[in-house]
Amino acid sequence: MVGRARGVGAAVVSFVLLVVLWELAKLLLPDEGVLVGDTRVLPRTDEAAMPHVWTVFGRLFEPEVAGAADPRTVGAAVASGALFTLGLALGGLVLGGVLGMLLALAMQRFGLLERAALPYVVASQTVPLIAIAPLVAGWGGKIAIMGWSWQPWASVMVIASYLAFFPVAVGMLRGLNAPAKADVELFRTLAAGWWTTLVRLRLPASVPFLIPAARLAAAAAVVGAIVAEISTGTRGGIGRLIIEYQQSATGDPSRLYTAILGAAVLGLVAAGAVGLLDVGLRRYRGSVR
Amino acid sequence: MTTVHLDEVQKRFGDVHALDGIDLEVAEGEFVSLIGPSGCGKSTLLRVVADLEQPTSGGVLVGGKSPHQARVDQDYGIAFQQAGLLEWRSVVENVELPLHVHGVDKATRRSRAIELLELVGLADFAQSRPSELSGGMQQRVAIARALAPSPRLLLMDEPFGALDEMTRERMQAELLRIARETAAAVLFVTHSIPEAVVLSDRVVVMSPRPGRITDVVTGERPGVDRDVDDVRESSAFFSAITAVREALRKGHP
Repeated sequence: MVGRARGVGAAVVSFVLLVVLWELAKLLLPDEGVLVGDTRVLPRTDEAAMPHVWTVFGRLFEPEVAGAADPRTVGAAVASGALFTLGLALGGLVLGGVLGMLLALAMQRFGLLERAALPYVVASQTVPLIAIAPLVAGWGGKIAIMGWSWQPWASVMVIASYLAFFPVAVGMLRGLNAPAKADVELFRTLAAGWWTTLVRLRLPASVPFLIPAARLAAAAAVVGAIVAEISTGTRGGIGRLIIEYQQSATGDPSRLYTAILGAAVLGLVAAGAVGLLDVGLRRYRGSVR
Repeated sequence: MTTVHLDEVQKRFGDVHALDGIDLEVAEGEFVSLIGPSGCGKSTLLRVVADLEQPTSGGVLVGGKSPHQARVDQDYGIAFQQAGLLEWRSVVENVELPLHVHGVDKATRRSRAIELLELVGLADFAQSRPSELSGGMQQRVAIARALAPSPRLLLMDEPFGALDEMTRERMQAELLRIARETAAAVLFVTHSIPEAVVLSDRVVVMSPRPGRITDVVTGERPGVDRDVDDVRESSAFFSAITAVREALRKGHP
């Protein structure tokens, strides 16, 4: 419990530090930024580039559209967008996580598959997401599964999973191969088959590798979901809000920052979800030898 | 019936002649040590008996069965130099592992594991994590684990090699007592001449390139009536050590 309290304390302190740094930069640096010759080495710090922290927070409580019949605040819009995107990111995380684990299991089981598939797994991550997103949306638009026609949000989830599966597959494969040769031989002398060795040795041994991989995957799924929303033009999520608020950034720069703030909180919540997994698997955490 | 029967066993790894013409019998309840310089094939020989390596030629019988069948039937228990306990299992759960793998029900395997922990003197540590135990204690847990399926044969590959001298001597006394109480035969690989002499009925001396048995020396394994420390100070002990040393020198000029 002390560790937990300390963790929360550290998070609060780092947030306060960030705010202080931001405001200090605004206070001490000139509005035009710092120029060396014609090169700007530090950014502009005027209201348009770096609004005050309180302006950003204040914007959260103002209506999104002035004088509209439905006075929804910016904060409510950001929260609902973030929640929508969180659902898609977590969906992508679960989908990608399961696929990544299955792929790792298959690669561990069949060494030939590992040598054959691993280069493609790595290559899959070097293809730019913005190139893949329209493709997925395009394919998706052409299929209907058992009467259910493809929805744009499903494309977003698939794209998020495309980023999330990679760290899980690589981390899990490493974890499955983590047991020492002596441990594997012990199971062999016990006449344990592949399945028993997997369940009693390889899976428990993979947990310390899986947890950090899942953390990376959660962050990747959030980024993937936001970028996918933007590049497929999916409505309802934080990605869309970022685009919308960006268009009004010249007039109201702090609005864009509220959306960015929402995206950051979203990432923290997704990482926190992985933290729950960590707590559940605590017993296996210290098993790296 | 012999517990281990090796007939003209050969093992090649490519061009390396690891074992050549190995004939060896281990009787029921007998304690046999394999000693020799690195590369003499003593670990390979143990691994052939354990069905972790296939002999290139020759016959191997473990309890009258093929090594594969003996492994499947859990006729032997094995302990390596590293205790190799699973960190996510408590001490008692580690001892239970062989029974767990073979689907023995929880109550039965738990009572058997507790019984074995009492045998190795670690009943008080049943719920501890392996990392909380000293090296010697971990090795005792590994021995208890090897004994879980009540094997008639215990295979040990330098199990005390990583322990300090004091712990090592205490573990040797423990092992002698355990071997006596379980009446299991032991095939024991070691680098240490005194260890081989004090534990064994017979010390099998091997030489490298190709791995061969060059000599067999009678050991000084103490019976029920004799304390192991008395053996360590007896003149018979020292003359057996000399005999093993000379056999080693002869095989490795």
